[in-house]
Amino acid sequence: MGDASLSLRERLAWGAFGLVLFLGIWTFLSTSGVVPGPFLPSPLEVLNRIIRLMTNPFAGATLPQHLASSVQRYGFGVLLAAAIGVPLGLLMGWFRLLDDIITPIFDGLRFIAPIAWVPFAALWFGTGIGGPVMIIFAGAFPPCLINAYRGARFVEPRLIEAARMLGTGNMRMILEVLLPAATPSIVAGLRVSAGLGWQSLVGAELIVAAAGVGFMMVQAQANVATPTVMAGMLAIGVIGMLIDVLLRQGEGWLRRRRGLEA
Amino acid sequence: MGSIRFDKVDKVFGPKAGGVKALDNINLEIGEKEFVAIVGPSGCGKTTCLRMVAGFEAPSAGVVSVSGKPVTAPGPDRAVVFQQFALFPWKSVRENIELGLRNKNLPAGERADLVASALKLMNLETHAEAFPHQLSGGMQQRVAIARAYVLDPDVLLMDEPFGALDAQTRVVMQEELVRLARVNPRTVLFITHAVEEAVYLADRVAIMTRRPGRIKQVLDVRKIRQAENWDKHPRIEDVMDLESFVHLRTQIWKSLREEKSANVI
Repeated sequence: MGDASLSLRERLAWGAFGLVLFLGIWTFLSTSGVVPGPFLPSPLEVLNRIIRLMTNPFAGATLPQHLASSVQRYGFGVLLAAAIGVPLGLLMGWFRLLDDIITPIFDGLRFIAPIAWVPFAALWFGTGIGGPVMIIFAGAFPPCLINAYRGARFVEPRLIEAARMLGTGNMRMILEVLLPAATPSIVAGLRVSAGLGWQSLVGAELIVAAAGVGFMMVQAQANVATPTVMAGMLAIGVIGMLIDVLLRQGEGWLRRRRGLEA
Repeated sequence: MGSIRFDKVDKVFGPKAGGVKALDNINLEIGEKEFVAIVGPSGCGKTTCLRMVAGFEAPSAGVVSVSGKPVTAPGPDRAVVFQQFALFPWKSVRENIELGLRNKNLPAGERADLVASALKLMNLETHAEAFPHQLSGGMQQRVAIARAYVLDPDVLLMDEPFGALDAQTRVVMQEELVRLARVNPRTVLFITHAVEEAVYLADRVAIMTRRPGRIKQVLDVRKIRQAENWDKHPRIEDVMDLESFVHLRTQIWKSLREEKSANVI
């Protein structure tokens, strides 16, 4: 890359510049009258709304309360996806028969967008916690499974040979050889899962929920409370970023522990 | 216990018809506690020979047997030392050495004792808790040898074990292996392309032809080693200066050279 020589400071400065430019254009569009008022609330309005939503409930709860219920469902959905997807992926990576049985079904199912499950999620679980969790699961499950599977399949053959000549059985092979070898791939998959899960969640909440940020946004839309919609969007973006930063930290820590990076 | 036998072994890679014949009618017997090195031009199939004893590959024809039983799958009775070490990067030195013992379901106390003596044997005591990436190549290979020795295997299979090491470390490891072989003699099948190494370490050296690999000649080094008393020299370079050593080395070189030049034409 041509710009690889930029120092961290310069890169931060350019990042800040981009942000200021973005906010500037946004402010200009919303306050100059180019876009009529309610269609695009200004950044200041959105900020004020966020501050108000911190303590004043909208659609039955304050913004932090909505976020808490979203994050809770999200946590359940992603954990469930990881708890099933990762072990299943590892097993498929080791037992060829299981791979042959599951892969055709999975390959078909994974192209169905999580949102496409909404009608059944609503039918099966209503607007309780089950519906959104199912949608999140549908979004987060494939990367968990695929990455665990690939990680297990692409373990250095020498390590598997070494383990076999040491008399290692299937269970221990999966837990002590495939799992640790696949961990970088699994963590990368979890990051993708986390992102897709978070996106699916908000989609799900727009339809099958009685609380949560997505629900708050739909209610706000019905009331033409556009700053509230925008506040919800902003909160979604920030939380999504935080989740990714946390997972990336975790990934870096894992890599350093393995000596993959200095 | 502890003998290896290749009986009319062929190996073809790829489809049965039209595949590449890697090994052609290999016959070789390695006796109890005998150290045999196979040398040959690269691609001659010498590593394939070892991999068949390990149980990683099956012969296309003929039988490979260990201690009288045909090999069917890998197992801890045939420990392998790989060229690229193949240590588990997420396990400490101790855990790497201990895995095979855990697989044998030995009680913890017994395992600890065995690991401790293996660490001592390979001068690794101070590195027991280190991870492989924190060790030099030579140290990593010590761990791999300790991991193999601790299993108390019938046969030890070494696939160019010092090929990835620098010249100095290599010499140290060769001397170390000779020391080990004296303290704790084993049936060893050792693959290498380094002629000096084979002559220095082995009781017998088998020379292979280029592909399809056949055993061209087997030289008895032990007789000469004993007659010329090589073992009284503690250093490898002193042994390598001996006329009897040079003579043997040259003999093997010439034999290999024929294979190489045939390859070029």
